Amino acid sequence: MEKALLSGNEAVARGAFEADVKVAAAYPGTPSTEILENIAQYGEIYKEWSVNEKVALEVAAGASMAGARAICAMKHVGLNVAADPLFSMSYIGATGGFIVVSADDPGMHSSQNEQDNRHYARAAKIPCLEPSDSQESKDFVAIGMEMSEKYDTPVLLRMTTRVCHSKTVVKISDKKQWANIEYLKDIKKRIIVPAHAKVRHAVVEERTKKLIEFAKKTKLNKKPSKKSNFLVIASGISLYYAKEALPEMDFFKIGLSWPLNLEAIKETTKNYKKVYVVEENDPFIENELKTAGIKVIGKDVFPQVDELDQEKIAIALKKDTALKVPVKGLPPRPPALCPGCPHTGIFYALSKLKLPATGDIGCYTLGAFPPLNALDTTVCMGASITNAHGIEKAEVGELSKKIVAVIGDSTFFHSGLTGLANMVYNRSKGIVVILDNSTTAMTGHQGHPGTGKTLHYGDQEIIDIYAVVSALGVKDIHKVDPHDIPSVKEAFKKALAFDGISVIIAKRPCIFLVPNRSYGKVYSVNTEKCIGCKICVELGCPAISFKNRKSIINPFLCVGCGLCASLCPTKAITFQGGANA
Amino acid sequence: MHKNIMIAGVGGQGIIVAADIIALAAIHSGYDVKKSEIHGMSQRGGSVTSSVKFAKKVLSPVITSGEADILLSFELLESLRQIHFLKDGGFLAVNNMKIDPLPVAVGNFEYPPDIKERLLSIVGEKNVLFVDALDSVKSIGDVRTMNVFLIGAISSKIPQIKSVSWEKAIRERLPEKAFDKNIKAFEMGKNSR
Ligand code: SF4
Ligand code: SF4
Repeated sequence: MEKALLSGNEAVARGAFEADVKVAAAYPGTPSTEILENIAQYGEIYKEWSVNEKVALEVAAGASMAGARAICAMKHVGLNVAADPLFSMSYIGATGGFIVVSADDPGMHSSQNEQDNRHYARAAKIPCLEPSDSQESKDFVAIGMEMSEKYDTPVLLRMTTRVCHSKTVVKISDKKQWANIEYLKDIKKRIIVPAHAKVRHAVVEERTKKLIEFAKKTKLNKKPSKKSNFLVIASGISLYYAKEALPEMDFFKIGLSWPLNLEAIKETTKNYKKVYVVEENDPFIENELKTAGIKVIGKDVFPQVDELDQEKIAIALKKDTALKVPVKGLPPRPPALCPGCPHTGIFYALSKLKLPATGDIGCYTLGAFPPLNALDTTVCMGASITNAHGIEKAEVGELSKKIVAVIGDSTFFHSGLTGLANMVYNRSKGIVVILDNSTTAMTGHQGHPGTGKTLHYGDQEIIDIYAVVSALGVKDIHKVDPHDIPSVKEAFKKALAFDGISVIIAKRPCIFLVPNRSYGKVYSVNTEKCIGCKICVELGCPAISFKNRKSIINPFLCVGCGLCASLCPTKAITFQGGANA
Repeated sequence: MHKNIMIAGVGGQGIIVAADIIALAAIHSGYDVKKSEIHGMSQRGGSVTSSVKFAKKVLSPVITSGEADILLSFELLESLRQIHFLKDGGFLAVNNMKIDPLPVAVGNFEYPPDIKERLLSIVGEKNVLFVDALDSVKSIGDVRTMNVFLIGAISSKIPQIKSVSWEKAIRERLPEKAFDKNIKAFEMGKNSR
């Protein structure tokens, strides 16, 4: 058997291949993105970047209804977008195996909240599998598919950042051919009008009973053989953190975290003096156990906020006191827009014109921070447009008269379209800036309808954003190059004067799409000519620093976009050419 | 035997690839390996760390404070930021490169002037190696080999990994056409002491 070092995400992709999945759909989002990226290497699976998570889930649901095995993947907040069809699919069930992957982000490495999506499994009454490493991430796909088909249910595969992005050793197997289940029309099952849904709800409750029986015998959970007086109950990555921190204790491993095998846990815990539940974020297992009358120690000692690790577990049980602490007082290094980022010009203009702006989810959220300080809000995908509309309708004076929404091109297709239609329909007066960098940059440059790049078919005709905006009924549309600051300012002035909705399409490709960028051209500052006005520094380009009242450019970072040079009043910044090696 | 290696630096410096190469080399030398990293926001010029742990059997994929046998830092300030991960008696290798964080670039913070002295006083002279990776790889004509140069620089501190495993890992992880340059960078790094 071949061994490979795979991340949890790569392992899920491999699992999908080995389980003969036919259809895979996702919207990219950290930490889930690499699942579909890696499924893409298996030619025989149909795969797509859907425009949002709800669409992705519905695509996979369709394939499952047709009798094929299907998987969809998203980050935790993506499941909020897809929650509507998830709950319906619980009633409809699965024909071909149907797995929904939720990649949660304890520690919020790149997310707006720390929600624990195991609650979704319980709320939707579908089983929840929690792998602890890459081997299990792969194996649980096949197990999940079988469960899904046997119990006629979608299955939630709940990953977390550390499982998604840790690489651990995996045994690779061959694909097991799986024949599609024959499609039979069954409207009582698949059309959930109230009369049908009432019946289905009873079926779901019966299914839960069967799942509880399954939980009693599955090898997904592993009982301890008693050696210690202390028991730890843990799931997911927490199991390994706890095993490392508390090697002398016994472990009850939970691989199926909903429904739980309460009977076995109750039986086992009787043999121990103390029982701990170690899990990240919410006391999900803990509360289930406590409700069942099982005495456990959980969030009263272990933290509920942030990621867990072996050190935090040891500290919670006061096993380790001599801790090394970080050096204090160092300058922070927050993420920033990249050198040469096309969004820089828009944010620079926004901050100079002092326009309030509602932001959205993507790299461009970073424009909110100094020195640009160009955003006022960020809520969730698509909310820039709808928030701006709400602010405009609140009629709170100046703010309502000049509110600007900024949204990326991928986000526009994700859920900006509906917001813009709503603005048109409800006679809004705001400005919407579509920051079109021709990719989904934050998650690693995936395609979307505006790029014409598909995951499965290669190139496809582009859906033109200008034409779409125009078709929605927007009358005042401006196309600008975001690095041409005077024309950007001009477009804002015209849009502010327009009595209605204006859309500014700021188009320039992400710097990562520019070939050989790191070998390209370099600009440098002539210190004699520099008057220290700081105009270039205010761009927030990470290559530019201010030292001894002059600006300097780091040649290792500069990608030669020329934006700073175009703004320098004394022409102190000039093109140096050459490779920066 | 349990070996914990942590790599620190700034997003975009090739840290994740470097950690992959170490992890693959350890696997080829017969160990269980867990490697951990964080994507997303941190790649946009923010602080980045990646951990590689190898042993007969590894449990947690993350390295916590005071647990690293080796800290390899791609940037000066980042070595000071992550130094608490290094265990007493652990080995520190630092690339002599300064990248101003944005708060320094815009003048809200000062880049600490005495980083080397502070590191020496924390770690002790005999356990620190300062290297000029960027200058060194310029002769190769590809600054992207900097990360492999730095792996070479710590390779003698990881005797558990066989030299054929390093080669195999580099071949596996990097594009075919970059192989020769990177082997050269690795050798140069190895001889940089
Ligand atoms: S914009 Fe020109 S003059 Fe002003 S600080 Fe920058 S380089 Fe100096
Ligand atoms: S040309 Fe100026 S703005 Fe563009 S990357 Fe170089 S330093 Fe930054």
